[in-house]
Amino acid sequence: MAQTLAGTSAAPGAPTRPGNPWVARARAAFTGTGGALLGLIVIVVVFSLASPYFFTGRNLLNIVDQITVLGILAIGGTAVIITGGIDLSVGSVLALSTMVLGYLAHDGGQPMWVAMIVSVLVGAAAGALNGIAITLAKLPPFIATLAMMSIARGLANLITNGQQIIGYPVWFDDLSSNRMAGFLSVTVIVLIVLYVAGWAFLRYRSTGRALYAIGGSDEVARLAGINVKRITALVYVAAGALAAVAGIVLASRLDSSQPTAGTGYELDVIAAVVIGGASLTGGVGRLTGTLVGVLIIGVLRNGLNLLGVSPFLQSIMIGVVIAGAVMADVLRRRKA
Amino acid sequence: MTTSDDGLVVRGVTKQYPGTRALHDVDVHVGPGECVALLGENGAGKSTLAGIIAGITQPTEGTMLWHGEPFAPASPSDSIAAGVGLIHQEMRLLPDLSVAENVLVGRWPTRSGGWVSRGQMRARAQEKLEQLGFTQSMDVPVRTLSVAGQQQVEIAKALMLDAKLLILDEPTAALGAHETEALFERIHLLKADGVSFIYVSHRLAEIRQIADRIVVLRDGEKVAEHATADVPQDQLIKEMVGRSVDRLFPEVRPPADRVVLEVESLSSPTGRFRDISFEVRAGEVFGIAGIVGAGRTELVRAITGADPSHGTVRVDGAEVRRHSVQGAIKAGMVMIPEDRKGQGVIVPDTIQDNVVIANLDRIAPGGWLAPRKARQTAAHAVERFGVKGKPEHLVSSLSGGNQQKVVLAKWLERGPKVVILDEPTRGIDVGARASIYDVITELSRAGVAIVVVSSDLDEVLGLSHRVMVLSRGTDRGVLERDEAEAARVIELATT
Repeated sequence: MAQTLAGTSAAPGAPTRPGNPWVARARAAFTGTGGALLGLIVIVVVFSLASPYFFTGRNLLNIVDQITVLGILAIGGTAVIITGGIDLSVGSVLALSTMVLGYLAHDGGQPMWVAMIVSVLVGAAAGALNGIAITLAKLPPFIATLAMMSIARGLANLITNGQQIIGYPVWFDDLSSNRMAGFLSVTVIVLIVLYVAGWAFLRYRSTGRALYAIGGSDEVARLAGINVKRITALVYVAAGALAAVAGIVLASRLDSSQPTAGTGYELDVIAAVVIGGASLTGGVGRLTGTLVGVLIIGVLRNGLNLLGVSPFLQSIMIGVVIAGAVMADVLRRRKA
Repeated sequence: MTTSDDGLVVRGVTKQYPGTRALHDVDVHVGPGECVALLGENGAGKSTLAGIIAGITQPTEGTMLWHGEPFAPASPSDSIAAGVGLIHQEMRLLPDLSVAENVLVGRWPTRSGGWVSRGQMRARAQEKLEQLGFTQSMDVPVRTLSVAGQQQVEIAKALMLDAKLLILDEPTAALGAHETEALFERIHLLKADGVSFIYVSHRLAEIRQIADRIVVLRDGEKVAEHATADVPQDQLIKEMVGRSVDRLFPEVRPPADRVVLEVESLSSPTGRFRDISFEVRAGEVFGIAGIVGAGRTELVRAITGADPSHGTVRVDGAEVRRHSVQGAIKAGMVMIPEDRKGQGVIVPDTIQDNVVIANLDRIAPGGWLAPRKARQTAAHAVERFGVKGKPEHLVSSLSGGNQQKVVLAKWLERGPKVVILDEPTRGIDVGARASIYDVITELSRAGVAIVVVSSDLDEVLGLSHRVMVLSRGTDRGVLERDEAEAARVIELATT
């Protein structure tokens, strides 16, 4: 489905005509997401016709709530993949961070804000170890983060010997469940702010542009005077810190911390980023595309659940969508 | 006149590689606002000298002064920081990023607060590119541009450096007449501002037009220096070629009359070569000469099906399926590629593995590898081609010459009808070279049709019965052995 749609979409990077600058800017933001955005719209239309419960305010808010964790992880994932790297450890780092949060708040008796800060620092530290392993020890990103995936998961279990930690203060749980103005929870605000900040960073900061240069050719980047090693390492630090933020959001949503949390999320992140048009060889990728990819996965899961499709069948369909989206992207790039 | 301390002074620079000496005791001086042309055949040392000045390679001996200060760049960033920029012959661009971004990568214009201004980026890139006669959008990804467009982006990028010395290595290889004119105009304006240029090129007409002085290199040594560019073309060619051909080459026997390989109006879809036709008879060695970028490698890759093409290729009268390596191999055509480590041998594997992989259909009938047959085939190949190693040795442990023999061995074990060799002796010492020439002659005696592509003129002329000269992707003429002289080939290839 996504394949035929991509054929009709605008070519990426098509010059925008002068006119309303905001329309042009909005269009520019979503070109390059290509067929994915159209695919999302089609999926939404299909589910709206198939189920009377799908296109309701309450369900759409549910979808947004359900994608916050994946959405936050995918910001770091996009940056890493743009540099031509990969981060397999984010699911495990999320688990480690959420367990640190629970341990400090319960056994440690620390105030929540201290636990939250330390949790983010732990995530960043795990990311820093990834970055050092990749830039100084010269491990391939796949191997370095595969090792961290195992290490962080082990540490997450070690903290409580595999037990979950249940019960957070009411105000902390409210961060994800109390909807201000009828729809915005604090966690959704965090998601939106992170996306806007991340988008502006990638598009309008020198460091953000350097990520694209590094992913396109690290030799060209080095010759242009970019500190390739430092920036590459920092990308993994950011991915780790974002995984910790996602871990905090998950703890708030579940009112608990579980050492098995986030298992398999690293693959959902890669799927969302790739559906959004990024290339695993680096140098290509947009946060707007990733957001569309995250929404496609979220909407598919939600809609298929509403229709009562078995989780096994859901897994198959998501696999088909990933393959179809990337195939459409490859075909479109070949034509360009 | 400038004093000898101004600009760049290169003194007694020597570069020794294992087995070969790329440069020997070269002195060059480039004053402010001066354009010095480096002239020489392929392999004369021009690119090595340019690389040393640009910090890509370090000299074995010798010193450099840059505005009176000792200058010994350890990396390209050192040179760029000192105001020395190199426009490399191979393009170094970011294919998925826009034109504007490529021109300003690493030096993005920012507003207050460090925010990148895409408007300014576009404007500054556009200004530089328009001066070069570039008319396309600043927003399209670089990979969608033609080769000429990409080269202009590369040049614009170097002009952005505000360098005091720019080294241009074959800057016009992909440019048309109009774009070349625009580039020369920029060079003249920059020279008036005191920017110095080192201009590396094969194109004699161009050099006479743009250079103030000419330095001729041959075999790594400076053989001539002219204070003006007003030197007769014949004289320059004579200085470039200079030596008598080494007697490395075995005697050439006349070929049979039977035509084995026919290439008919072959063109590349990307325009790298156009409408090429020729025939090679049994036992004939057909040389293809031309400067780097003339389309030689692209042509032979297309003939052997590695790249797509339009046109017809026949072996023994039967048409070979286009863009199919398998089809070419089945027809009895094999290629010994230019990029040995990338396309010729699998370096981390053993000699035997490398021989086996090209002969799987015979060693593994029905898909099962016959270990005894594999060992025998590999042992036979090693013996026949005099590879210094045993079948179980790793290719990574061999010298370049022996690796090349493995490439020859793995393909020639098949008993091919057509053998195409692209730069068969690049980076190989003289001893191994002679034995590769012997293999080629032996193949010729056995009635194989042979195509040799080489940048080494002596090699093409010494081996071939006939030589085709390519320039900018077109056939400039086929010379018979007795009329194929170095000067004549260079004249055809560079005009």
